[in-house]
Amino acid sequence: MINHHHLILRVVTKLLVGAIILFAFYVQFHGDFSPGGGFQAGVLMAAAFIIYGLVFGLDKTQEVLPPWVVHKLSALGVLIYSGTGVWSMMLGYPFLDYGAFDPGHPSHGQHTGILAVEAGVGLTVAAVMVTIYYGFGARYPHISDEDW
Amino acid sequence: MIETLVNITLFLMLVATAIAISQMHRLFAVVMLSGVFSLLTALLFVALDAVDVAFTEAAVGAGISTVLMLGTIALTARTVKPSTRPQTIPLIVVFVTGAALIYGTMDMPNFGDPLAPAQVHVRPEYIERSVEQIDVPNIVTAILASYRGFDTMGETAVVFTAGIGVLALLSGLGRRRRKAPPRGPQEPKA
Repeated sequence: MINHHHLILRVVTKLLVGAIILFAFYVQFHGDFSPGGGFQAGVLMAAAFIIYGLVFGLDKTQEVLPPWVVHKLSALGVLIYSGTGVWSMMLGYPFLDYGAFDPGHPSHGQHTGILAVEAGVGLTVAAVMVTIYYGFGARYPHISDEDW
Repeated sequence: MIETLVNITLFLMLVATAIAISQMHRLFAVVMLSGVFSLLTALLFVALDAVDVAFTEAAVGAGISTVLMLGTIALTARTVKPSTRPQTIPLIVVFVTGAALIYGTMDMPNFGDPLAPAQVHVRPEYIERSVEQIDVPNIVTAILASYRGFDTMGETAVVFTAGIGVLALLSGLGRRRRKAPPRGPQEPKA
């Protein structure tokens, strides 16, 4: 089913996937200081899994990241985001007012809130991108390289 | 000066890519060129100092959507069907739409105009107060996640909804029901 002759692609992908995931985490957690944030990190994270799926096949990817896990994660991201808002409400502040998390030092609270919210965004975006890829990938008829 | 040159070059390459896309019949090449188009757009965003947007455009436009488009043409067709209808009406529609868009830009403030509504509304407030209130060096993140937290929550929900939509249409979760073992007379006798 999967072509076994793309030797260079397979070796390079194995090297790159780890670096892409690491870069995704960097973008996720360094978004306060440099360009990037949850959306970009989520897409990068998904790209790591998609490139793995393209080269090694969907089955191998789904062994690492089964579809049901991805579906739950995409919902979890939205829950984390809105949960942050609900949490701040429970502390007696308006919805999504991150000052609630550190009343003595509001800007620290902001950092906590932004971190939580961005984590939610990243999780949802990554999971949805992988879900969409799985949706398309699961229906691929196999096409040989020459047919494109 | 050099920035103007870079912008002109990038725009020329954009136009060239667009013309090339419109002339092609092999969809594989079209998808690849649309990835190139996105990458050029990302470079233009970098030239405009909108690095966050450029980042997104490069990752989503040039990366993921190219893969998804490849998935789509793998499922459907890989060449354009030759059109038998006359092309005049589509051409007129395109020209009218283009003219309307250009007419729409007449009312827009000049590029980089410090008195443009976008620059004088809430922006000065964000720039002045975000260091003290949020203390995050990247103001884009401060606006996105804190000042405009509700919007971003809506966006996340939209992404999630899009995922559910694709899942419902494509994932084949519904097929599980059809695979259920047939009951009644076909059931093997014990």
